[in-house]
Amino acid sequence: MQNVALIIVLAPLVGAIIAGLFPVSRRFAHRVTISAVGLSFFLSLYVFYQIVFGGHEIFNETLYTWLVAGNISLEIGFMIDSLTALMMVVVTFVSWMVHIYTIGYMRDDPGYQRFFSYINLFTFSMLMLVMSNNFVQLFFGWEAVGLVSYLLIGFWYTRETAIYANLKAFLVNRVGDFGFILGIAAVLMTFNSLSYTEVFGLAQAGNYEQTISIFSGTEWSAMTVICILLFIGAMGKSAQFPLHVWLPDSMEGPTPISALIHAATMVTAGIFMVARMSPLFELSETALSFVLVIGAITAFFMGILAIVQNDIKRVVAYSTLSQLGYMTVALGASAYAAGIFHLMTHAFFKALLFLGAGSVIIAMHHEQDMRKMGGLKKYLPITYWTMLIGSLALIGFPGFAGFFSKDAIIEAAHHAYEAERAGAFFAYYAVLLGVFITALYTFRMFFLTFHGKERMDEHTREHLHETPSVVTGPLIALAIPSIFIGMFTISPLLFGHYFDGAIFVEAAHNAFAGHESHSSVAWMIISFIGHGLLQPPFWLALFGFGTAYYFYMIRPDLPGEIVKNIEVPYKILLDKYGFDRFNDWFFAGGARRVGDKFWKMGDIKTIDGLINGTANTIGWFSSVARNVQTGMLYHYAFAMIIGLAVLLGTFVIL
Amino acid sequence: MPGLNEFLILSAVLFCLSIAGIFLNRKNLLIILMCIELMLLSVNTNFIAFSYFNADIAGQVFVFFILTVAAAETAIGLAILVVLFRGKNTINVEDFDTLKG
Amino acid sequence: MEIATLNLNMLGLLPEIVLLTMACLILVIDAYLPKHQRYLTYQLTQGTLIGTALLIFASFPEQRVLAMNDMFISDPMGAVLKLFIVLMVFFAFIYSREYLRDRNILKGEYFVLGLFAVLGMMIMVSAHSLLTVYLGLELLSLSLYTMIAMHHKSQTASEAAMKYFVLGAIASGMLLYGMSMLYGVTGTLDLTRLAQTINQIANDHTVSVAILEKISEIKNDNIAVIAIGQQITENAGGATAAIAQILSENTDNTAAIAAIKPIIDQTMQSYTILLFGLVFVIIGVAFKLGAVPFHVWIPDVYQGAPTAVTLFIASAPKIAAFAMLMRLLVDGLQGLQVDWQNILILLSILSMATGNIIAIAQTNIKRMLAYSTIAHVGYLMLGVLTGTQEGYAASMFYVVVYALMTLGAFGMIILLSRAGFEADQLDDFKGLNERNSWYAALMLIVMLSMAGMPPMIGFWAKWSVLAQVIDAGFIWLAIVAVMFAIIGAFYYLRIIKLMYFEKAEDKTPIEANIDMRIALSANALIILLLGIMPQTLMVVCLGALGVS
Repeated sequence: MQNVALIIVLAPLVGAIIAGLFPVSRRFAHRVTISAVGLSFFLSLYVFYQIVFGGHEIFNETLYTWLVAGNISLEIGFMIDSLTALMMVVVTFVSWMVHIYTIGYMRDDPGYQRFFSYINLFTFSMLMLVMSNNFVQLFFGWEAVGLVSYLLIGFWYTRETAIYANLKAFLVNRVGDFGFILGIAAVLMTFNSLSYTEVFGLAQAGNYEQTISIFSGTEWSAMTVICILLFIGAMGKSAQFPLHVWLPDSMEGPTPISALIHAATMVTAGIFMVARMSPLFELSETALSFVLVIGAITAFFMGILAIVQNDIKRVVAYSTLSQLGYMTVALGASAYAAGIFHLMTHAFFKALLFLGAGSVIIAMHHEQDMRKMGGLKKYLPITYWTMLIGSLALIGFPGFAGFFSKDAIIEAAHHAYEAERAGAFFAYYAVLLGVFITALYTFRMFFLTFHGKERMDEHTREHLHETPSVVTGPLIALAIPSIFIGMFTISPLLFGHYFDGAIFVEAAHNAFAGHESHSSVAWMIISFIGHGLLQPPFWLALFGFGTAYYFYMIRPDLPGEIVKNIEVPYKILLDKYGFDRFNDWFFAGGARRVGDKFWKMGDIKTIDGLINGTANTIGWFSSVARNVQTGMLYHYAFAMIIGLAVLLGTFVIL
Repeated sequence: MPGLNEFLILSAVLFCLSIAGIFLNRKNLLIILMCIELMLLSVNTNFIAFSYFNADIAGQVFVFFILTVAAAETAIGLAILVVLFRGKNTINVEDFDTLKG
Repeated sequence: MEIATLNLNMLGLLPEIVLLTMACLILVIDAYLPKHQRYLTYQLTQGTLIGTALLIFASFPEQRVLAMNDMFISDPMGAVLKLFIVLMVFFAFIYSREYLRDRNILKGEYFVLGLFAVLGMMIMVSAHSLLTVYLGLELLSLSLYTMIAMHHKSQTASEAAMKYFVLGAIASGMLLYGMSMLYGVTGTLDLTRLAQTINQIANDHTVSVAILEKISEIKNDNIAVIAIGQQITENAGGATAAIAQILSENTDNTAAIAAIKPIIDQTMQSYTILLFGLVFVIIGVAFKLGAVPFHVWIPDVYQGAPTAVTLFIASAPKIAAFAMLMRLLVDGLQGLQVDWQNILILLSILSMATGNIIAIAQTNIKRMLAYSTIAHVGYLMLGVLTGTQEGYAASMFYVVVYALMTLGAFGMIILLSRAGFEADQLDDFKGLNERNSWYAALMLIVMLSMAGMPPMIGFWAKWSVLAQVIDAGFIWLAIVAVMFAIIGAFYYLRIIKLMYFEKAEDKTPIEANIDMRIALSANALIILLLGIMPQTLMVVCLGALGVS
């Protein structure tokens, strides 16, 4: 097991090194990286099989002690349980598909090898993150995926917008990471350990009744502080309000990256982390409420923004934000399993949507504006059908993957509302209305792209044809789980004992406790679907679909009319609620102004005066002191005698 | 028969003399070599005295080793001196100050 | 008279015996080899080193084993240090060959002397008697003097050799003088027995001081006797036991005190002589290490000697000197730890200050590195002075890292030099990045490591000794050390600035043999790699000192 785990992690790293540091040909670069990730995928499947079906016990071992400082040791080790195994399979599978897809998407790019090296490196980092058995390695993986994300957003580094976007992603993530590392520090302070098992064990044993005094006079429960700080890290990485601003801009990167990093895997790291920390979060109602509210805000308000976007990738990006909000709501409602479940289904169908959007973009010669598309159905049949599957999965059409996970989340929010968790009322209605919005923006995008008038120019139209098989292949491969994965996994994931030992939920918080029935799996699925048909979410989704159909198929002139009537709210939406503007003015501008002051006060006066003065003094002293070394042998001998005399005088005679 | 203290004082005096010789002499490198020899001899005196008064033979054995090493050391010292003299035509201590600072 | 049974246990020093035999053989073989086959000498030498390393590895001792009638000890620490010594010398020889050939001093004697020096170092490392310490030291020193003087056409080399020789002779004279004192008080040369006796005397001394205090405080003899009785610890030996004996047999208190006094005087006197011996012995070690004020030889020798020899002197012998410090102070004089701790603190501060400050004013890079060595020695002693096993391990870590870095730095100087050009000025490093960015990167790694910047191993070396110093309660000392490290960073960073931000004046392409290039790259990369995984080396050091 240990060797298998090591190979899974190291194969992509080796691939990244080969493709990145050595002058290899394009073909060799993609061959070596794809086979590395493929190897990881199949071994992950093997590990998954061993853990889930083979009855292999949870693997938790430290492989290398990196550093020992006092009684804290920083280690590298793996913990593989059902949660990790699931994440490993999802990460490696999506990554593998994206690798293959990239051959087509990046065909003419001069940075071909560099790109493959980066995404391989990303796979390595992500695996390090999910397979970690301690906080330090988690942090390493966390930062490493952030780094690769930064590199990939700015992959086309000659574009100014790309540089702006990657800088923004980097800075906003710093804010989150700051909270995250403070959280880790708080864990270390409270539990004096950085190993998952030890920390969770201590927390569950009730050794957390400490308080932290952040400002004098205020006492905080240590658990609440730890969880909120850790969640701030998750907010950065998983782009939760108000740290969401970087994700839409990250679409400046190549589309495969948007699919892999900014939809399927990296942004879900925060969700994964909170689920992993469930034994801690369960102990703090306050923190859970905080999570719940943040998630609900993100799910609802970011969904609205998707309606006004015209760039096809941005629609998908805002949709991702909204769906991440859903997952966060699940976490906040203590339904970690539902969060992870949605994470998994979302990884498949969102990657599918991104890659589908990418396929459209390739066909349109890198045109991303939906207003210049329309009627693509007949040119891109495979893309069309796979996108349709992805869209249905996204809006939660009964039977598709998204249906199960989204309904589970709404159910959980409802349960939390009934259990009177603070903020749950708001969260429940936010996610409920969110369903309508999801359906609206999804099918707006779908109709604008594939149906209606053909609005592209003549030149583009002539060259329109279906994209090559390396592009459509992954689309089909992702479409299959987008339909079926929900059906087949809901029973073990939500109602079964799949996450036993990996995720901890207090009995009172468990939304699905009542559902545990002994009837057959098939019956349960059918009853779940039937139950879903009678619930508001289904009707809301249908209503959203209908609205989109009416606006963009029957009366395409209507949206323009509406916009004219509600100009102010529309402007606010286009401005993304003004977050970017505020950040630029307050944080970026403010920092510049403060920096300017510091430069004048600190640099010019203190550094140039005091510090340089000290340096000059030492330099002068040095040039004088060197004359002691006269070069004369008898002076040297004399120096030794003086030394002897001083030592004897000080330590023997006195 | 002088006691242990007398021998120790003798050797201390020899030791001081040799050290003084090394840094007071500013002319001849050969004198430095002689002083080094003197220093080793003072140590030998010490060892023999201790060995005798402690009735332990090891000290005297040590002296033999010191004598042997001193011979080798002197040989090497003189060889270096010859090399030095060939290069500069002088063995004046004050002339060897190209390396300093 | 009883004849002690001889315990030779020759197997324990098999590596040394093989090395000695091979060194003698190579000397003879080289003399008979025709000129065009002289390269064989080099290959034989390197082969011998590899063989020695393998033998050390194969006979790795699990615990302390005494050999040669207790004159020789093989223990894990010694074996690890010897392995590193052999490794350093192996690298040093790879770097030296071309340099020596260019200057027409590529002679078999150079390698034979090198092997003898290695033998000397190994004996120092494994010494378990004052005599073996001395013999190892002299074997090393005499070889080094000769190696420097071998470049007889260079006047600076012979000047350096002479200075080193004279100062070295004074230092070993002092060392011997100290040894004679220790021998005089304890009556033994064996380090273990020495340690026992010294512990005894140190205990007696503590008791004696307390008794003297009581006597001077309490004028009434009757009460004083009771007070003295309280000072005497159970199961004590030596002078304390003698005092206890007098007290138990006494009938007249005044007479008892009169009888105790000479014993106490005797103890105090022995202790003073021990301290005398200690100071002289420390000077001997400090000279070899290069601690201020016994550092005077270092700048001149480093600068004057041919770079290949400087490289040799600067790396492995420092490891041996560390071993000597450990053998003498820790194995032999543990009883005087309180006293040598203070001496080492003083020497350490002086070294860090002098080394780091004077290095700034240097223009010759060899000389600058010499002062940097002096500073490093200051840091190296920080770990030893804590007097704990962890502290010793930290120092051992430091010395190994130091040797690695020095090897890399001087290796770079050798790489840049060529026939008739020494590349020993700071300005010779100008614009190295444009000339060859790979070598510039290697030098960058070495310099950053020396400056103690993470993620290089040099950072962890400083960190580990500082952590030990803080653990031992000397926070002020750690602050001083950090302050000087900051001052010291300046001159390392200056080289980086020269390499990357200045125009190259000398555009000659840099040429070197493939083995040299590989070795130098490996050397720098090891520094980086160990910096990322410092625990690997730390575990070895802790294990060598028996700390788990």
